[in-house]
Order: sequence, then structure tokens, then C-alpha cells
Amino acid sequence: MCDNNSLIINTDWCKGCGICVEFCPKKVLSLSKGKVVAEKKEDCILCGQCELRCPDNAIFIGGKCDE
Amino acid sequence: MMYSNLVKKYYRINNLPHIWCPGCGHGILMNSIIRAIDNLKLDKDNICVVSGIGCSSRASGYMDFNTLHTTHGRALAFATGIKFANPNLKVIVVTGDGDCAAIGGNHLIHAARRNIDITTIAFNNNIYGMTGGQYSPTTPTGDFGTTAPYGNIDKSFDLCNLAKSAGATYVGRGTAYHASLLTKLIENGLNNNGFSFIEGVSVCPTYYGRKNKKGSSVKMMTYLKENCIDKKVVDKKPELGENKILIGELYNNSQPEYTEKYKEIIKMLSKES
Amino acid sequence: MSNKKAKLLQGNEACVEGALAAGMRFFAGYPITPSTEIAEISSQKLPALDGKFIQMEDELSSMAAIIGGSLAGIKSMTATSGPGFSLMQENLGYATIAEIPCVIVNVQRGGPSTGLPTSPAQGEIMQAKWGTHGDHPAITLYPNSVEEIYNTTITAFNFSEKYRVPVVLLLDEVIAHMREKVTLKDTSEITIIDRKKPTCSAEEYVAYRADDNDNIPSMASFGEGYRYHVTGLVHNETGFPTNDNKVADKLIRRLIDKVENDIDNLSIYEDYKTNDAETVIVSFGSVSRSAKSAVNELRNNGKKVGLFRPITIWPTLEKQILEISKKAKTIYVAEMNLGQYYYEVERIAGKYCNVKKINKVNGELITPNEIISVINGGN
Repeated sequence: MCDNNSLIINTDWCKGCGICVEFCPKKVLSLSKGKVVAEKKEDCILCGQCELRCPDNAIFIGGKCDE
Repeated sequence: MMYSNLVKKYYRINNLPHIWCPGCGHGILMNSIIRAIDNLKLDKDNICVVSGIGCSSRASGYMDFNTLHTTHGRALAFATGIKFANPNLKVIVVTGDGDCAAIGGNHLIHAARRNIDITTIAFNNNIYGMTGGQYSPTTPTGDFGTTAPYGNIDKSFDLCNLAKSAGATYVGRGTAYHASLLTKLIENGLNNNGFSFIEGVSVCPTYYGRKNKKGSSVKMMTYLKENCIDKKVVDKKPELGENKILIGELYNNSQPEYTEKYKEIIKMLSKES
Repeated sequence: MSNKKAKLLQGNEACVEGALAAGMRFFAGYPITPSTEIAEISSQKLPALDGKFIQMEDELSSMAAIIGGSLAGIKSMTATSGPGFSLMQENLGYATIAEIPCVIVNVQRGGPSTGLPTSPAQGEIMQAKWGTHGDHPAITLYPNSVEEIYNTTITAFNFSEKYRVPVVLLLDEVIAHMREKVTLKDTSEITIIDRKKPTCSAEEYVAYRADDNDNIPSMASFGEGYRYHVTGLVHNETGFPTNDNKVADKLIRRLIDKVENDIDNLSIYEDYKTNDAETVIVSFGSVSRSAKSAVNELRNNGKKVGLFRPITIWPTLEKQILEISKKAKTIYVAEMNLGQYYYEVERIAGKYCNVKKINKVNGELITPNEIISVINGGN
């Protein structure tokens, strides 16, 4: 089984639109060189708002086995 | 590489990342369809996704079902053939505003009129994106497109009202911002035994946004967040609905389904013989 | 007594009987003169056979719906006439590139546009091949009697299933509406060809990988567990779109080769007294009946005249036409248009003999006497 306990970013698929950055309720995310980064990963509450609105499936809440 | 479980289960990973522009809302809408299918635990082998032509209609190639990318505007006519020939299949149509309301407008109203069990999800970005930003049947009056350089003088269609008037038995509207709501509406549409029409309001920062100075994708998404209101709220307080985009379940009225009515004819004839 | 069933049928009715015998269980169409009886009779007969009939909103959608029906695994047909045939060209092209078997009946009437809705014409010879855009294969069949409509409709389905090509059946209004004796066949007397199905597992299935021996890929039906992608875009063997020039070239050539390389198995024709003929009439459909009368009459008067009647119109019967051109002095191509098949015959035979036209486009048949007087006049 795979616990959903980690914020995962697939940088290759990120197109840098910034939607996840804008709608993250804890302001965990930011853009760096046109790609999303979890700047304050420790503040992430795994709410999944980023995954919900990522048009590119580039950010999601997954488990260790997804890495 | 890292992919979510949904991606691994339902997407053709070899075909990703998709061709849509950075910030295009279509990827969000496509994910809403996938989540609805996953929530309902539908059998992948039994699902047919049929699309037309345009930005929206590239969606069919990314999803791991029986998929049919048809001609411009005709998705619903192909889908009608599939569903009528094999009513056991779960048929989903992905279309766009130009695809379903301009070139395919006739097929939309007749599929709705028949109440054939097809769930249609219209990705509405108010523009022809694939061809580079021409005005569509849902471009608001006064807005600009590459073929409306002096402002669009056409009146725009309300796709949901059109589908409802034509006979669709389940109608709803979600947006790229209201993606969870959209998923729920698609689930309800898939559960409705009849013609369901779900409009997904998208954002097109590249063409519609740029031509009309709407700003970035984030700005356009924020506009959706702040300017939509659920029909349930407006039903109680109509004044709140002024100048807002109405979202949520807009119509739900069960009626006899087309392929089942035809089955009755087959049954009647088999008794006679 | 054999159990053969002799019936007096109208041409359009015989077409439906042939389609049902071939296994057609899905019909989508739109009313148009002079083909409407095919839809009417299908609507009556199909549900009794657990089949499906649907009247669509136009011919564009009728063509789309039969492609959908065929993808769901059901043998499918539509029927139309001139203006409707024009509307079907879009999705006829789709069926061609996506390799979806189906049959399109075009009961021709006078054109262009709305033209002469109730009069016979043979104006869609070229449209049957070149009506849809782009380079593509075409199989077109053209019967000349009610009985032959019955049999040729079965053949049309067999060809469409075998080659995965939309097959066009051209009919003349006068034969579609004429009544003649037809002997309906028992199932045991009919050869039925079904599309090639995949024998591999879903994981191994590559939807558009053609077999080397026939250039034709196997076809799974939607819902059978082989999830694959179908598109009207140029695609690779997996079915997904590509802009790769080599793949595009290979695909388009394969689509054409799978038909044209097998022309010997597609060549259906009637050769009537052409062996010693100095003059050969080439004609099809109703005109070929007038031509045959003319041949008999002219032979009675000592003239060495013959008839070559292509039933397979596309692909062109080059070998047979070439052979005739080397024996005959003059070929007359008689057709109810201003010279369409003529151009094919002239292209092939023009080097070896005279090729002349006999034409009519006023909505009337070409009579035997008209043919006789042209040939006697040597024009």
C-alpha cells in the first residue's frame, strides 16, 4: 500500500503556469526558473488544492512508492 | 518519473505531457473527467471517449479508454452510432464551444432531443484556440478575436440553456477553478440514464486572454473564482446572481432513454414472431 | 423443388435484402429521393432481426453514425442520393483513413445541387472516387438489375469487411425503382466475409499494424477489451497522430496498396461478345441494358459489336480495358453524364484505338436506338 503523505512535483511536466502557486492556501509553492518548487514544504497540509487545479498533472499528493 | 495513481491508472503516459498551452484550463477539465470515472469505479474497457476537432478534442488521445477522435463537430453523431449499436458501452463526448455549438450545433440539439445516454462535456474557452484565436459562438459580444478585430457583434450562446431547451435531461456547469464541483457534476451526468450536458468553463490565456487583455492564467482563474455562483444559492437569493456565471446543477429531469425505447420495439417484434 | 425464394422486388428493396443477407444490422440515414425506400424498409425490418435503424438529423451525421456502429462491431450501412452523397464525403474520408468497414449506397439522380430529384443520371462516377479530399483508395460497385443489386450489395459488404474500406454502391434511379424477379439466397448459398479480428492479447495489440501479406490491420470492436485510439489524423501503427513524413507516406501508400494490389480479387465485370468485336460499347447500370439490346440488334445486322460492362467501377479495370483496346477499332463509352468514365477509358485505351462518347444529361435514359444510330453513323 501507498500512503498519500507527500507532496510530489514532476518538474518535467510543469509548464510554469503558476495556478498551484496562486491557490495554495498555505503559500508553500513558488516558481523558480519557470518551474514550481515547494519552497516551504514543511508548511504543506496535503490538502491537494494544487493537484486539483494543475492542468499538467505535474504536482500531486502521493506516497513514497510514487517517487 | 513520478506520476500520480490516477495518471498511472487512466492516462496514456507515452502521449503526455499534452499539447495544451501553459495555463490552459483544459488539463484541469480532463482531470475532472478522470476523477469522476475513478469515483464511480467504471470499467475502463467499457468506456468510449469520443471527441471532435479543436483544442478540447485532443483529450481523447491522452485517456486510456476506447477513444475516437472524429471530424469537426461530429463527435455526437459518431457517439450516437456507438451507443445505439452497443448500449452496454458507457459513452462520453468531449467537445469544445466551436465544435459543439457552431459546426456541430445541429448534432448537439438532436442528441439532446433523443435523450440518448451520452454524457457530453463541453470545454468552453470562448475562442477557437487550435486555429489561433477566432471568435466562437460563446465569445461574448464586444470581445475580440482574430476574426473580430473591431469587436464581436454576434450574440453568444448559453450552452447549458441550449442543451436544456433541446431536451437534455441532466445539465450542469463547472469551471476550471471549480474542478471538484465539475467532477461531481460529471459523476451525476454519468449516472443519469439519458443525455447529460456538462459545461466546463475553461481559461485560454494564450488566445482569448491575450486578445481581450484578461491577463495571465492565474488572473483568469481568479476571475472564475470570484464571478461564479451556484444555482442553489441564486434560487434562494436571486439578486446574488446578477452579472455572475451560474454554476452547479442546472437541470435534472429523468425521461425515457432512447436506446431503451428502441429495445422495447425489438422486444415487441420478437413476441409477435 | 429447391428452397430458393423467387420474389418480385423493387431495386431499393433488393438492396436491403442483400444487406440483411450480408449481415447488416445497423442503418443510419436521412430521407432523400430516390433512395428513401432503403431507409423505410430498413426501419421496418431491422428491429425484427435485433438490428438497429436510426434516422439522423442529416447525411453528415448518418455517415458518422454508421462509422460508430461499425466500430461497435455491427455491420453498418447508409443510403442516400446526390446532395446527401456530397454531405457524406467528409466522413467517407474519415472511414477511409481510419479504415472502418461500411457500405454507402448512392441512388443517383440528376445534378448538380438539387438537380433533377426524380430522374436518372450517372453523374457521380468521379465523385465516388474523388469526392472526399486527399489521396485515398476507393471501392465502387455498380449493378445493372434488381437481382444484381441484391448480389452486389452482399459483395459490397464483403469487400468493405475484407479491405476495411468504405464501399460505395452506385445505383441508377430507374433500377432502384424498377421491379424485377430476384431469387433470394439461403444463408448456405452466400459467402460472408467478416473483418479480421485480433488474435493477440490486448497488451500486444497494435491497432494499425498491418499484416505483411495483405496490408490490412486486424480490427477490434470497442468494448472488447482492446482499448485503442482512432483518429482522422495521419497516425502511426499505434493509431496516435504524427507529423512524421515517413509515417505519413507509408500510411497513405498502404491504404491505396491494400486495395489496388489486390485488384484481381476486386474485378467484377461482364464481357459480352467482345472477342471478335471491332466496336465495343463500355457502359454500366441502366445504360448497359440499352447497350446490350443495341449489341444484339447490330449483330443481327452483321456488325461486330460487343459490350464491356464494369461492375467494379473503382479501382479501374485497367487490364480488361487495355485488352479490349488492343482488339477493337473503336470504343464507345455510353453514360448518363457528359463523359466521366470516358476519361478513364481514354487514358487506358486511347493509345490503341478510338475512344468516343455517347452521353445524355437531360434526365432521360439512353435508348438502344440512340446507341445504334451513333454506331451506324460512325460518329
